[in-house]
Amino acid sequence: MRTVFEYTKGMRDTEMTYCPGCTHGIAHRLIMEVLGEKNVLGSTIGVSPVGCSIVAHRFMNVDMLESPHGRAPAVASGIKRVHPDNFVFTYQGDGDLASIGTAEIVHAAHRGEKFCTFFVNNAIYGMTGGQMAPTTLIGQKSTTCVDGRTKEQAGMPVKMSELIATIDGAVFVERVALNSPGNVRKAKKAIEKAFDVQEKKLGFAFVELLSSCPTNWGLPPVDALGWIKENLIPYYPVKQFRCPQEVSL
Amino acid sequence: MKEKKLMKGNEAFALAAIRSGCRFYFGYPITPQNEIPEYMSRELPKIGGSFIQAESELAAINMAYGAAASGGRVFISSSSPGIALMQESISILASVQLPVVILNVMRGGPGIGSIQPAQGDYNQVTRGGGNGDYHVIVYAPNSIQEAMDMIAKAYDVADEYRNPVMIAADGMLGQMMEPVDLPEDKGGIKAGDITKVKPWALTGHKDMRDRIAMNSVWLKQDQLEDYINSYWPKYEKAEQELAEYETRSLQAAEVVFVSFGSTSRITLEAMRLLEREGIKAGLIRPKTLWPFPFHAFDEISAKTKQIISVELSKGQMMQDVKLAVSGRWPVGLISRVGGMLLDPLEIVLKTKEILEVR
Amino acid sequence: MKQKRIFIAGFGGQGVLLIGQLIAYAAMYENKNVTWMPSYGPEVRGGTANCTVIISDETIASPLVSTCDILTVMNGPSLERFEHMLIPGGELFINQSIISEKNSRADISVNYVDCTGIAIEKLGNEKTANMVMLGAMIKKAGIVETAAMKKAFEAVFIGSKAKLISLNLEALNSWEGKGDSRN
Repeated sequence: MRTVFEYTKGMRDTEMTYCPGCTHGIAHRLIMEVLGEKNVLGSTIGVSPVGCSIVAHRFMNVDMLESPHGRAPAVASGIKRVHPDNFVFTYQGDGDLASIGTAEIVHAAHRGEKFCTFFVNNAIYGMTGGQMAPTTLIGQKSTTCVDGRTKEQAGMPVKMSELIATIDGAVFVERVALNSPGNVRKAKKAIEKAFDVQEKKLGFAFVELLSSCPTNWGLPPVDALGWIKENLIPYYPVKQFRCPQEVSL
Repeated sequence: MKEKKLMKGNEAFALAAIRSGCRFYFGYPITPQNEIPEYMSRELPKIGGSFIQAESELAAINMAYGAAASGGRVFISSSSPGIALMQESISILASVQLPVVILNVMRGGPGIGSIQPAQGDYNQVTRGGGNGDYHVIVYAPNSIQEAMDMIAKAYDVADEYRNPVMIAADGMLGQMMEPVDLPEDKGGIKAGDITKVKPWALTGHKDMRDRIAMNSVWLKQDQLEDYINSYWPKYEKAEQELAEYETRSLQAAEVVFVSFGSTSRITLEAMRLLEREGIKAGLIRPKTLWPFPFHAFDEISAKTKQIISVELSKGQMMQDVKLAVSGRWPVGLISRVGGMLLDPLEIVLKTKEILEVR
Repeated sequence: MKQKRIFIAGFGGQGVLLIGQLIAYAAMYENKNVTWMPSYGPEVRGGTANCTVIISDETIASPLVSTCDILTVMNGPSLERFEHMLIPGGELFINQSIISEKNSRADISVNYVDCTGIAIEKLGNEKTANMVMLGAMIKKAGIVETAAMKKAFEAVFIGSKAKLISLNLEALNSWEGKGDSRN
């Protein structure tokens, strides 16, 4: 008998407590799978955010530090100074990275910090119960914009990958989506490249993962994946913004 | 013979941190402590250390959090409003139990306040400042030499208690110059030795142990209560073992001053002047603000008629003095605020007023 | 000497803080207790600057003073503002090059020093004006020995500034102690 799928060494054998249909599980697994395949789980230190994935350390089988809300890039900068040869990453949601933590992510990118940031964008605050995120789409309903977000009241949704791609120190920037098997495979490739950039000490690597939140979007899991395709991807195009030659093959 | 050097306070503090093995400094400019990041940016790269000029105090303290969790010896400095910005993460450092030495070169408040010396941070530094049940151990030097010695000690205490330790200096100590004996150079910890010295630190599990996860969030409140209770005995131990103070002339004192930091030097000058006028004054100088040296007050003589808290705040320390005195003597207050300093003559005058009214 | 309290004031850029620091270094080399305390404020070019130096055989309590034994003023506003601080019998040093006002007190010893004039005429370098004043203070009020000041120079003027030491030592001896040339 041939094994076609098994539990990855990078994930701890514990019950996954995210909502059914949430793509945090896929994002966790992809990052851990890549680290496992590179055989560097033992030299990796991760930083978890505030938000649903505040509990990422329960599932990821690497040393982990939980950051105050939004400060993960600063925390990772400190870790990387003590352990410059370890793999370091931050895992952050849209409230954490694109709202309260904009200063930290922008300046870590500017310094060309040699760690990776995985930005999970599901266009809503999950843990606090569905409030408007900086990335909530125009017309999208949330508990703090019950009739849908308007440009007049809240401005346009923030495009973080486009913003980060303007920064010299951010040498690798790519947006991927976790809505289909094909896109999940592309996401894994992007994560691999991000860690390659770190391994070669080329600069800051940023991967935005368009994700689902069936609970707070009020949709069944499968419909939520469809909503990513129909609504998120048109506004947040899936593409590679920057990639250094050294890892582009 | 020891190396003697004339040094500006802020530079001496930075040098003391480096000689205590600090190799990681993260800072953001704020007056009156700017010589510290300037010194660190020059000196740390020479010895294999790291300096980052952070984008804010919020980022600086969180860089310190990451470096301390990774087993690095970290130094952080700021001044009152900057320390206020850092309080959330100081609470987290205490919760996760990480050793970090924090220097507060205090200035006038509230708000952005003034840039002149003050002690209005007393409550901020002794009562937490952040949320939740924890303490920060606080040393209060009154000379540059003492500050350097306290910084060296703070690193040992921070490691022993696995807790943030603060040095509460002020703009006067930061800006003035005095000759100092340079402390011995303890050298830094090599990255490869971190696991040996700090087995709890994040280094990557190297497939040799389970992964370490450090977190201050507890989604089950009963577990959080158990956790707080598990570390609380160290604060009881600190109260027993860490309180430090100096006394002067308590035996025959009619009036006893309580004063810390640079204000205690001005109080000493006032005591000389009072002596000339036949008023015998003593001094209790807390060298730690938390734990506060409550037992020092048991040394006060029966002849003493009045206790006076002399401080650059509106009686913030006086609250602890009243707790220590427990109604045994009347407690008065001599204070200036906002960055204004006390003058020895002013202390003399106000002391006489308080004694007359009584 | 039990204790000497020195107050030096002027514009930022006149070397007021440096004069104080050099005195503090020299006092340390004479094994005295010493404190140097500057005024500080927002960094503004041309703002006022002053510092207090206390030299003592005993431990120094407060590094701040409300009165002083020696007062040096490098500009006019400082004379007006700080003249009252000097104790009766104290030494006042006035930078005569830019201060046209006379002092108003008769109970003190007044020394007029044409810092810039001497710096240009005798030393050929306008920038040594503050060292001319330092020399006058040492010559008239004692304070520290020239040998200790030479050590202070060696501690402060290092690297590219080391070449200034001989000129600065010359500047120390350039004031002849004559009174106000306008008298």
